[in-house]
Amino acid sequence: MKQFLINGLQLTGFSAFEPVVRLCAGENRPEQVRKITQLLVMPAVAFLMFLGLWTIGAASVETRFGKIPNPRQVWVAGQSLFAAHRETVQQRAAFYVERDAKVRVHTAKAAEMRAAAAVPANAALKERLEKNAVKQDELASRTARRKFSGSPSYLDQILTSLKTVFTGFVLASLVAIPVGILCGLSPTFMACVNPFIQIFKPVSPLAWLPIVMIVVGAVYTTDPSEAWFEKSFISSALTVALCSLWPTLVNTALAVASIDKDYINVARVLRLGPVTRVFKIILPASLPLMFTGLRISLGVGWMVLIAAEMLAQNPGLGKFVWDMFQNGSSETLAQIMVAVFTIGIIGFLLDRVMIVCQKLVSFDSAVSA
Amino acid sequence: MPDSPFLLTAWSRVVLCCGVLAAAVGCGGSTAATPAPSASRTAAVGDAAALLAKEQLDLEKDELKLGFIKLTDCAPIVIAKELGYFDDEGLSVTVEAQANWKILLDRVISGELDGAHMLAGQPIAATVGFGTKAHIVTAFSMDLNGNGITVSKSVWQQMQEADPKLDSPTPPHPITAAALKVVADRQKAAGDPLKLGMVFPVSTHNYELRYWLAAAGIHPGFYTADDTRGVIDGDVLISVTPPPQMPATLEAGTIQGYCVGEPWNQQAVMRDIGVCVVTDSEIWKNNPEKVFGVTKEWAGKHPQTHLAVVKALIRAGKWLDAVDEKGEFLNRKRACEILARKDYVGADYDVIANSMTGTFLFQSTDRQEQKDFNVFFEGFATYPYYSDCIWYLTQMRRWGQIDEPRDDAWYHETAKSIYLPEIYRQAAQLLVDEGQLTTDDVPWDTDGYKSATSEFIDGMEFNGRRPREYLAKFPIGRKD
Repeated sequence: MKQFLINGLQLTGFSAFEPVVRLCAGENRPEQVRKITQLLVMPAVAFLMFLGLWTIGAASVETRFGKIPNPRQVWVAGQSLFAAHRETVQQRAAFYVERDAKVRVHTAKAAEMRAAAAVPANAALKERLEKNAVKQDELASRTARRKFSGSPSYLDQILTSLKTVFTGFVLASLVAIPVGILCGLSPTFMACVNPFIQIFKPVSPLAWLPIVMIVVGAVYTTDPSEAWFEKSFISSALTVALCSLWPTLVNTALAVASIDKDYINVARVLRLGPVTRVFKIILPASLPLMFTGLRISLGVGWMVLIAAEMLAQNPGLGKFVWDMFQNGSSETLAQIMVAVFTIGIIGFLLDRVMIVCQKLVSFDSAVSA
Repeated sequence: MPDSPFLLTAWSRVVLCCGVLAAAVGCGGSTAATPAPSASRTAAVGDAAALLAKEQLDLEKDELKLGFIKLTDCAPIVIAKELGYFDDEGLSVTVEAQANWKILLDRVISGELDGAHMLAGQPIAATVGFGTKAHIVTAFSMDLNGNGITVSKSVWQQMQEADPKLDSPTPPHPITAAALKVVADRQKAAGDPLKLGMVFPVSTHNYELRYWLAAAGIHPGFYTADDTRGVIDGDVLISVTPPPQMPATLEAGTIQGYCVGEPWNQQAVMRDIGVCVVTDSEIWKNNPEKVFGVTKEWAGKHPQTHLAVVKALIRAGKWLDAVDEKGEFLNRKRACEILARKDYVGADYDVIANSMTGTFLFQSTDRQEQKDFNVFFEGFATYPYYSDCIWYLTQMRRWGQIDEPRDDAWYHETAKSIYLPEIYRQAAQLLVDEGQLTTDDVPWDTDGYKSATSEFIDGMEFNGRRPREYLAKFPIGRKD
């Protein structure tokens, strides 16, 4: 049990909590207490000091939106955003109940009209009634397809951002990993690709964004009401992909190029074909470094996404920040700070997820946070 | 066109009459006036007529996404949504705040937005090809007035030094740019021209700011086909700043004055970083401000949907301007509460209420009655007059955005291809039939041109029928 918990904590990068487990298991108390003080109590004290400094500092800065909010006010703003989310959830539920009721009304009307049309006395109106019954059927099916039209809540924005970042990240990885492997395998290919990597790697996401938006606008011309994805979603995701491509690519190339020669020799001795060689030898051997690249990529992608959403006004956390800034109300600063913490915490969690993946594929436990 | 709403309503009336007749015949000897009992054969006939009487428009599309900019004059769209007027038309509408006018226009053109709250100049400029080119049309004017010009506190002080009349807690209104000319000339001589902000090259604000400056002899600068910065020969430098950033940019000193819609003048006054010198109803009384724009293609593909949207917007305008017997606004407070939500305008209620509820704060000591600061319905405010369009065209020519002289016929034709009063009239007719509107709410007799008016800050008369004659009258600006 103890070992299981400790392994779990180490795997997820929360090894700071390890002494607590050991202490509970009654292991070498003074030592554990010392470690807890060092790894948990002191950071907690530092955090409290940060809150204290913030509270004092905030009160002394006057902006055109009022004073800078203190931690308490930010907390309250966070709660109100959450309350607004719950309200949206209720509104959404109510919307769908109402929608279904409307569908039933239309269906009932259609039936009523057909029934009325069947009555001989209505012969003069028959055609008209039948036509309208068809129309009611159409309305019913159209209403049934309707989606909630209220504005997205804070949590909706977070979900949108997460979806976008993962899409961009997956797209980037699908390109970067194969290209990286090719680069690692073939020095000639590497020499060809290298100049592009060197030039495009340092480009800021915000420079890519207008190009991506214009190209997506020109190429993706599906009627918006029938399209699977929104244009804004695609342009955000592509911008993320363009920027988070490079760390994975470079790390994969490096990993493949620096595989232990013994492994390659073994493959030669066993006369493995090129495909088998990639999947049995090269990929497993380069996974740890590749995952380091993926982890950096996801981090970059998350940062890029927020900036892209802010600039392009694509739905997500970035747009939320910009909208709140544009509101210019007395709540503005507190709401933006809530967003800043949310972005930070999500970024942290994404990183943790990648660390877990990285550790799961590593042979040794040398890779650490 | 058999689907025309006129015919449709007329037809449904005929159907209704038939139904009543049939019911009467069906009832035979019994008194025809008795309400039909349920479940009987006669009832089926009566119900059949009733079933047909309540026909909605044949919508081509019922899920719409409309864009807006965080300004109080987006109110008709927001109110039509919040009060369920769109729902009444069978529309499911999402409204989405946009970052700036350019993004908004691009999204309407690309089809991501079905329609949007637009600057009156946007459909016109897009159609004549200044800036992004696309044929945009409008069948609904969203409001009249609603803008103001604010200067920084230091410019205000210099204006007070130049004109002692202004040195009072309640200076006489309207304030012309005469005192500002002294400041502008001094700064120009010093090689550091006065820098002013407006929200978009084809915005009402740009033309109003230029009009106000030029009326006092300050040259605001020309546009040419090659140089679209609009600063050629100017005594001042006018540049674009997005509305919500105006107060911050003024505070930072990047600009020393601006022309913008609400709540961004009131915010500068309330945060004590500027003084509002003039409102646009003082520059041109009841000037058209925002419109509801859609692309011509969209309007062609969705005629009934367009009609339904305009119906809902007309109702929202009427609601916003409803007054009680004492002339007090009935619904503006509620409107301010709705607009203050973070998904709409999002500014504090007090800031929004300042201009929406009939008063306007020029500076902390100077609160004035401005009943008509925002007009959403009164005086046929929402009717799309050709003459409104023509005024914008004349200003675009005056400052060189239209780069060559045009004859009067061109002005009239262009106006008629952008403003669509016939759609407004159809929508209004449907609303009258439904009892939502009275006949005298709509200017049925107009030919689309308002009568000539000289209610401008410089008293110049504008007659929409003769645009070239109007242009020739101005001392500053292109005259042909």
